[in-house]
Amino acid sequence: MPRMTMIEAIRSAMDVAMGRDDNVVVFGEDVGYFGGVFRCTQGLQQKYGRSRCFDAPISELGIVGAAVGMASYGLKPCIEIQFADYVYPAYDQIVSEAARLRYRSNGEFTCPIVIRMPTGGGIFGGQTHSQSPEALFTHVSGLKVVVPSNPLDAKGLLIASIEDPDPVIFLEPKRLYNGPFDGHHDRPVTAWSKHDLGEVPEGHYTVPLGKAEIRRPGSAVTVLAYGTMVYVAQAAAEETGIDAEVIDLRTLLPLDLETIVASVKKTRRCVVVHEATLTSGFGAELVSLVQENCFYHLEAPVARVAGWDTPYPHAQEWDYFPGPKRVGEALIETMEA
Amino acid sequence: MTDNPSPLKFHVPEPEVRPGGTPDFSNVPIPKAGSVDRPPVDVDPRTIRDLAYSIIRVLNREGDAVGPWAGTLTDEEQLEGLRHMMTLRTFDARMQMAQRQGKTSFYMQHMGEEAVSCAFRKALNKGDMNFPTYRQAGLLIAGGYPMVDMMNQIYSNEKDPLKGRQLPIMYSAKEHGFFSISGNLTTQYIQAVGWAMASAIKGDTKIAVGWVGDGATAESDFHAALVFASTYRAPVVLNVVNNQWAISTFQGIARGGSGTFAARGLGFGIPALRVDGNDYLAVHAVAKWAAERARSNLGPTLVEYVTYRVGAHSTSDDPSAYRPKTESDAWPLGDPVIRLKNHLIRRGLWSDDRHKQTEAEILETVIAAQKEAESHGTLHAGGKPSTRDMFEGVYAEMPAHLRRQRQKAGV
Repeated sequence: MPRMTMIEAIRSAMDVAMGRDDNVVVFGEDVGYFGGVFRCTQGLQQKYGRSRCFDAPISELGIVGAAVGMASYGLKPCIEIQFADYVYPAYDQIVSEAARLRYRSNGEFTCPIVIRMPTGGGIFGGQTHSQSPEALFTHVSGLKVVVPSNPLDAKGLLIASIEDPDPVIFLEPKRLYNGPFDGHHDRPVTAWSKHDLGEVPEGHYTVPLGKAEIRRPGSAVTVLAYGTMVYVAQAAAEETGIDAEVIDLRTLLPLDLETIVASVKKTRRCVVVHEATLTSGFGAELVSLVQENCFYHLEAPVARVAGWDTPYPHAQEWDYFPGPKRVGEALIETMEA
Repeated sequence: MTDNPSPLKFHVPEPEVRPGGTPDFSNVPIPKAGSVDRPPVDVDPRTIRDLAYSIIRVLNREGDAVGPWAGTLTDEEQLEGLRHMMTLRTFDARMQMAQRQGKTSFYMQHMGEEAVSCAFRKALNKGDMNFPTYRQAGLLIAGGYPMVDMMNQIYSNEKDPLKGRQLPIMYSAKEHGFFSISGNLTTQYIQAVGWAMASAIKGDTKIAVGWVGDGATAESDFHAALVFASTYRAPVVLNVVNNQWAISTFQGIARGGSGTFAARGLGFGIPALRVDGNDYLAVHAVAKWAAERARSNLGPTLVEYVTYRVGAHSTSDDPSAYRPKTESDAWPLGDPVIRLKNHLIRRGLWSDDRHKQTEAEILETVIAAQKEAESHGTLHAGGKPSTRDMFEGVYAEMPAHLRRQRQKAGV
């Protein structure tokens, strides 16, 4: 089986989807001739022509707004926002239009679009190239929110998202594009070519939305994570010697509550980890659900490890990033509680 | 460096007249009907920049149709157009009253602007798609959409095609080329461009139409729409209905230093026309010109309809608080229904008696539709959409968390 980086897997997903369905179109800033600043769309314009893959003006609201119109016509746009940090001008189009169209028109018009965007930090991108805005989308009824953590999932989830009849926010942890980064920024990252999850089938397959995956089975404590934090959590478990069960949520909305509840009822402890800022983050929702569903099984308060409630800093990136040390401390505290 | 800089002055535009003053439109230049050239549709946009500052008019003061833009409609079509405008006006009056009677929460009428959407609709083909605002119901009336379905939506009753989920008059009628109205302003303008791009991508023959009011042109979506339409030469007609008032804010606040709203198109290389929005024949002629451009792969056209919002913005608005009560009487472009009526009478195709008789017939038809709609309920009485309907349609398939919430709601 071929080995792919996450970038190659995402590109392969769009290639497969475009090859199977003429209605799939791909556009965004720099995605056409050049193939995207992260090269996720490289070669698609050459292969499918300028009317299927093209460059867009620097207008995120224009990109999303045009995609909403295209989707209402019957196309399936898979669009790129160059960085998740740039999506805010398009927020009205996403919240008031893409997410609401099916409901308000009673299904006359629908919006099967995928909005891909690189998310998260760890690349010295400062406050405008590092944010994790997933909670701004999980709060919106009508959207689906996906965060893959590896090439195999990224391709299957992206194809599933493109084939989904509703709008999907597809957040790509950019620090994982080339390898499973575990938060140890002072060490070289393993390449996906040397990792099992870098083995990606060439053709069509899907990973269903709304299904979590247990990445590290364990019995002592459940760690709920997604994106880059999946590897940080695994590293923290190894380094503390705590037998944590690490769940990769993969889809935040709709959420795989069953897998979460079954695990927490088994381990009786839970730590929630994300890179996004703490207050009103998606972790708050997870903690609520865990206590609503598992309260009488819990041996300890549910802990949260997240980005500090500051803008994403530049020079202090590794003081900000919730790395294995901070996650490890939370694991120990939760075990000792 | 200047040694003695003078203090900077902050400028806030104000309309000429406020309540208590005498309405004055002397600063609105009205060119004579028939005086504006009609260029070929494949004209180089750079050579018709003056059209963005003039007003294309067909019906003159005497009621004659004159000039190069006249003659796009047959007698029968003109008579039908008059009937559509009269129907919309009667429909509005009845629904306005129904709102006052508590049968619905909200209504928005078209008084004075009937020609714009009614005439525009007649320039479109089946399959073309409008992305309307809340003041283009003439697209539905003139397109043959059943009035009773409009009323069912307004009443949010058990037959509401939108299941009670959307504010009154935010219709959706795909088969009639009428995109779901959002309620947020200008969002649909760029969507119209996207729809048109899709039609071109697929090699289709359908065109799209974007609609926006004068005030909402200030939204960034307007700029995005013009950029995308210009860049991809989208088969779209971009309409700006300038009815002079954005709720209480006069059009000068959105227009700023630009001469006209049409002129916004010039920097994008988009042909820009201004038309007398109270002149059914002129609106149709310009709509036809712009639609033909779109259909011929010549790209977008920006059209500004110069009109006047005679009524309140909505049932929640009272214009006497911000403009003279008699301002609409002073509006120099007159009333669209009366102008077309006079034209048809002058040509011997119509009479005052037939007009009165038709008014009575229309009223009867509208009342009959209203009775039927009310038999299916009004907002606070009779049949209404179910609580179950509230949970449906958020997604194609209901996810588990919504199923749990629906159970909790006891449905």
